[in-house]
Amino acid sequence: MSSDAIAIQTVEAAGRPWVETLHEWVTTVDHKRLGILYILYALYFLVIGGVEATIMRIQLMRPHNDFVSPQVFNRMFTMHGTTMIFFVAMPVLFGFANYLVPLMIGARDMAFPRLNAFSFWLNFFGGHLLYFSFLGGNGLYGAGTAPDVGWWAYAPLASRAFSPGHSSDYWTIALLVSGFGSIGTAINIIATIISMRCTGMKLSRMPLFAWLNLVMSGMVLLAITPLSAAQIMLLVDRYLGGHFFDTQAGGSATLWMHFFWIFGHPEVYVLIIPCFAFVSEIVPVFSRKPIFGYPVMVGATVCIAFVSMSVWAHHMFTIGMNSYANSFFTITTMAVGVPTGIKIFNWLGTMWGGKIQFKTPMLFCIGFLFQFLIAGLTGIMLASSPFDWQLSGSYFVVAHFHYVIVGGILFALFGAFYYWYPKITGRMLNESLGKLHFWLFVIGFHLTFDLMHIPGLLGMPRRIYTYEPGRGWDTLNFLVTIGAFVQGIAILVFVANLIISYFKGAKAGNDPWDAWTLEWSVSSPPPAYNFASIPVVASRRPLWDLKHPEDPDSHYE
Amino acid sequence: MVSRAAGILVLLAGLLLAAGLCVADTPADHPVPNIFEPHSTPAESIRHLAYFVLAVTGLIFLIVFSLLSYAVVKFRKRPADAGSEPAQVYGSTQIELAWTIIPILIVVVLFLATARVIHAIQDAGRPVKTVEVTAIGHQFWWEFRYPALGIVTANELHVPVSDPSHPTPTFLKLLSADTDHSFWIPQLAGKTDLIPNRANQTWLDPQETGLFLGQCAQYCGTQHAKMLLRVYVDNPEDFNVWVRGQRQPANKDEKEAAGRRVFETTACVNCHAVVGTNGTGRFGPDLTHLMSRRTIAAGAAENTPANLRLWIQNPDAIKTGSLMPAMKLSDADLDALVGYLETLR
Repeated sequence: MSSDAIAIQTVEAAGRPWVETLHEWVTTVDHKRLGILYILYALYFLVIGGVEATIMRIQLMRPHNDFVSPQVFNRMFTMHGTTMIFFVAMPVLFGFANYLVPLMIGARDMAFPRLNAFSFWLNFFGGHLLYFSFLGGNGLYGAGTAPDVGWWAYAPLASRAFSPGHSSDYWTIALLVSGFGSIGTAINIIATIISMRCTGMKLSRMPLFAWLNLVMSGMVLLAITPLSAAQIMLLVDRYLGGHFFDTQAGGSATLWMHFFWIFGHPEVYVLIIPCFAFVSEIVPVFSRKPIFGYPVMVGATVCIAFVSMSVWAHHMFTIGMNSYANSFFTITTMAVGVPTGIKIFNWLGTMWGGKIQFKTPMLFCIGFLFQFLIAGLTGIMLASSPFDWQLSGSYFVVAHFHYVIVGGILFALFGAFYYWYPKITGRMLNESLGKLHFWLFVIGFHLTFDLMHIPGLLGMPRRIYTYEPGRGWDTLNFLVTIGAFVQGIAILVFVANLIISYFKGAKAGNDPWDAWTLEWSVSSPPPAYNFASIPVVASRRPLWDLKHPEDPDSHYE
Repeated sequence: MVSRAAGILVLLAGLLLAAGLCVADTPADHPVPNIFEPHSTPAESIRHLAYFVLAVTGLIFLIVFSLLSYAVVKFRKRPADAGSEPAQVYGSTQIELAWTIIPILIVVVLFLATARVIHAIQDAGRPVKTVEVTAIGHQFWWEFRYPALGIVTANELHVPVSDPSHPTPTFLKLLSADTDHSFWIPQLAGKTDLIPNRANQTWLDPQETGLFLGQCAQYCGTQHAKMLLRVYVDNPEDFNVWVRGQRQPANKDEKEAAGRRVFETTACVNCHAVVGTNGTGRFGPDLTHLMSRRTIAAGAAENTPANLRLWIQNPDAIKTGSLMPAMKLSDADLDALVGYLETLR
């Protein structure tokens, strides 16, 4: 059945002009196509953001290097951060949610298909608006160059006095536009999960993937709104004579920090919770056991969501808050570690006693578990506010959050790519290339980000385009740069695998991993309508019940 | 006659100072600002806390790492496996409770240890004898004012060594003239931001003499990277000598009158001050005792005549994007000006 679907599509595609195909993709409201658009769009920006990172790493390879000017370097780290968070991580996670949530809950599409398309295109144009800022050249001072105020654009650096021209405006409006897109997607995911579940799929039977994306979407609503409000206030400051953040007229620089980080910290969980979702689907399948402690996993996620709303000022331990405020944000931040730890233990419990198959998706998830453990523990160090007075704003912090974002989020994402690529394209990704990608990336990642902690401990602040020789930072920075190149090669292997396997990969069939959730019951790629008849489920693992009628889950739940 | 005597005195003081600096620079230098080699109480208590936190997190790491590795190795699928599914286990309330309660206890312990240090550093009482400094962050340099001593200087902070039996800590009031900055000398104290419209505070009581390095730790614009910070910890005698030197009026050697005229009649005076001239600008560093500093451009270059010349003529060559404009002086004027600046000891 699956091969028929592919055959029909190729015949159709061959006989039609490309403009028609393009038109179909641009006007699509199908959740699967929008999911693919999100993912491709994010991959494209991943490569751009990666190039920006490489430029920074070449510049920092040795002290007093002059590969780029300070102005260019400052633009690079601003664009790298903004791109990776807003135009890589969020779209790619929304893409997977879009593609998989309706399939997993037995629905034919998202609740609001048009809103879905609208959200995607907002995000798409937001990203391009940001990059539009590069056009113009230095002739128009500030008007034609990318923003250089850092991805959190602290006041008053982003005010008209210190950021003349329009570079900061591109940043502000790009985030405002894509922020509305994110809010639309979040509303859509929530509505879909609440109201589109198939018969028998009670909330307590939903795959963890759907649960975690539900929580993530709720957090998006709470986190993106203050960011959008702050962007509007910044625009009012810059163009309508407002003084919210204008310190020269009595405004408050710390007000912006509060607004930004009440978005910024929950944002970390907005990104990591969907990755928990990937891991919670992949680890059980490759351990051949159900997820350990399903209700606890749901509870821990909800707990993380609540507690993470009260930790934002740990990004601001150095701004001179009093000792009570510093103590409060220390305890709340450390408290997030408890539900997060519970999740790691439950994945461990899932593997315990299983029969672990080391396919590429599982390799990436195991990498995720080890690295996320370390990222969490360095997070505890940063939560201890006096320790943070030394670590904050240094390369230790840069290493810590890249451990979360690359070692955690990106590893889980690669796992997701290898796991669901067969469903999305109908072809398997090449296992040998996959393992090469994994090992190269592990080596590059650890070379870069393990070592990057140390210059921070030796007093190297972040966001400096060059540094003095003789401070013990030289060799470490050189090795960090080498690691970045190894990661770059690994990414090229991955992209090559995506392309080669699309044309030459082995046929996947409906259910290549012998998995248990509903998306594996339909053909690969799934038909436009997903399910010919809406499925009826009786447990958390409908396909297990189908495959093991003698011992179904529904007997135990 | 009096002025000559004063001149000699200043010269002597300068020489003494230079000698003192050389001594301080060579053996007791601290080129690597390692947070684990502290020389001041706040940095020292942070190190203690850091070791404790590292020990606890290290232990957690070892345990969880071992469990994960064990699971990955022990429960891997064997080639001989017939393909049957393992026992389907859904969870266990006791185990869940165990790995919830134990982390909560660890968090409580870590929090209490942290709260103690927060209180000890932030709410520390002031002894009778302190040095008060106001540090003002500028794009991209540091202004240091000692209100009680009547000293204004830049980029190189001098503080007395603090003997634990008779502590003389230095308390810094932190202000900003423009954007956010952060004051960070890793071996003396953790960082505290300088934020416009806000007065922050930090303190240090260095217990060893020498030069301690740091730099701005909050992104503040184009040349954030070259906003370097040098703290000279002097023994009490050297510190007094330095204070006396800084309180001397600016040199008025008539030999350099031409250079002074260049200074007074160009845009220099809009941003720079030299006490006793018409230069009273406050946008740039005070130059009254420029030659008492080892570096120029906030630590970006050694304070040598050649560098001074380059800095005046083409600041971008040393620090691209600094707010110092290229002065475009004739060679004669430039020579005279550099000659004059070199007398500001």
